[in-house]
Amino acid sequence: MTATLTYDLAHLIGATVLMMGFALLYQRRVSSVIRIYALQALALAAAAAWQAYIQDAPHLYLTAAIALVFKAIIVPLALSWLVRRLGMHRTIETALGIGPTLVIGVGLVALSILLVLPVTEGAAALARESLALAMSVLLLGLLMMITRRNAVTQVIGFMALENGLLLAAVSAQGMPLVVEISVAFAVLVAMILFGIFFFRIRERFDSLDVETLDPYRGDRP
Amino acid sequence: MSAALWQILQIALALALAPGLTGLVRWLKAVLQGRGGPSLLQPYRDLYRLLRKEPVVSEDSSWLFRLAPYGCFLAVLLAAAIVPTFTTHLTLVHAADLIALVALLGIARFLTALAGMDAGTAFGGLGASREMMIASLAEPAMLMVTFSLSLLAGSTLPANIVGFVLGGGIGLEVSMGLALAALTMVAIAETGRIPIDNPATHLELTMVHEAMVLEYSGRHLALMEATGMLRLWLFASLILCLFLPWGIALPGGGFLAILLGLVTYVVKLAGIAVALAVFETSIAKMRLFRVADFLGGALLLALLGTIFLYVSEAV
Repeated sequence: MTATLTYDLAHLIGATVLMMGFALLYQRRVSSVIRIYALQALALAAAAAWQAYIQDAPHLYLTAAIALVFKAIIVPLALSWLVRRLGMHRTIETALGIGPTLVIGVGLVALSILLVLPVTEGAAALARESLALAMSVLLLGLLMMITRRNAVTQVIGFMALENGLLLAAVSAQGMPLVVEISVAFAVLVAMILFGIFFFRIRERFDSLDVETLDPYRGDRP
Repeated sequence: MSAALWQILQIALALALAPGLTGLVRWLKAVLQGRGGPSLLQPYRDLYRLLRKEPVVSEDSSWLFRLAPYGCFLAVLLAAAIVPTFTTHLTLVHAADLIALVALLGIARFLTALAGMDAGTAFGGLGASREMMIASLAEPAMLMVTFSLSLLAGSTLPANIVGFVLGGGIGLEVSMGLALAALTMVAIAETGRIPIDNPATHLELTMVHEAMVLEYSGRHLALMEATGMLRLWLFASLILCLFLPWGIALPGGGFLAILLGLVTYVVKLAGIAVALAVFETSIAKMRLFRVADFLGGALLLALLGTIFLYVSEAV
């Protein structure tokens, strides 16, 4: 196992996670978005497992397993169940066109690279690059939350953001397992809460478009 | 001396295999859809039939209309001559690089669009405007792929890139993967395949390339059709040469190396035909307004590839 192959493969898996982040921004259908989220989680689990192998840290295998079971299987299944229950199959409206969103996404990737590389001077090459990728994934998740008007896709944006956090966590050495497990469960709990909220929002406003919530904000005249 | 010989063989190969490739894709698609499918020789028969027929030219059209098929065909044939397929030991391979290749394809597209508008029919103008919209997005993406590859390999000449990849200069490079994805998307758009355009339809709402050549007949139509087939062959060969060059004979290789190159090339080409047929069968055509997003995605992938290149260099 040569050093370059180790590095290249970690790089490749990290870039796959990032690509899935872009694919999330590109897709318009709720079902495709959920499927791509599952793929991203799968790539994330692969990244964690590969990091466990090269760092020789067995507890990261557990992280990979958690990512695989919770994020790649349970959360997507729960989300598609929700979407079916809510009877929502059509395309989602975006607050901003797909093209401009993708352009902003590229800008965010460039921003995180420009930000992370100078700050982490002196760290191991692999960790620096993974951090830059993780930061990009995180910002793309944030961008998705901003540009989508549908509550379900905003939640998927949140989950994608959390994927970025996990990617950063597995590439930095010495992340305690307790933190990872609690984050994983926090996401699951958040998922349940979001599910309840979807039904409440829908019951009240007959729509999952969060713009219907705007008139009820206190700061508007 | 031998370089000139292989060059002539390469051009002959392009002319001989291009209709066969189109026929193979059509046949595979038909089989996948549960039909019998036309014979593999059908495109050759079509071209032969059209070449014998007298062309009918509208009296409102100018000399441009009659010139365009020859210009298009020659530009694409020249482009096909500079992409190494079975050997990099070719005369023209050092004469033009990937940027010149993009320019040659641009000339062909320009002539087709002009010819489409020349006869003054509604469909021709519609096809030309759509083609230009697609081109304005596909060309920057293709150039970006070129830049990404040449930054990696240190050269814009396809032969040097082949040498670089074969010499083990590239490991599992993310930028290569992104460039491959971007080039594939551009190739789909440029060759007018599903999901961008459907080569088998004359439905006025959706056609792009067919709309521009609607006025052509006889040997002019034969040349236009042959140009389309050559373009498909060219993009398939370009992807094979840049990203899967294993088997290509390098200069100095003997006759056996050339033979090996030829055999592996034909096998790889058949592989691409299968992949294209499966892809086209499994996907639906997208609305014209989604094409901008699709090609914007290609441009974005190529751009990200270049960005990653700088990251790996900086680390």
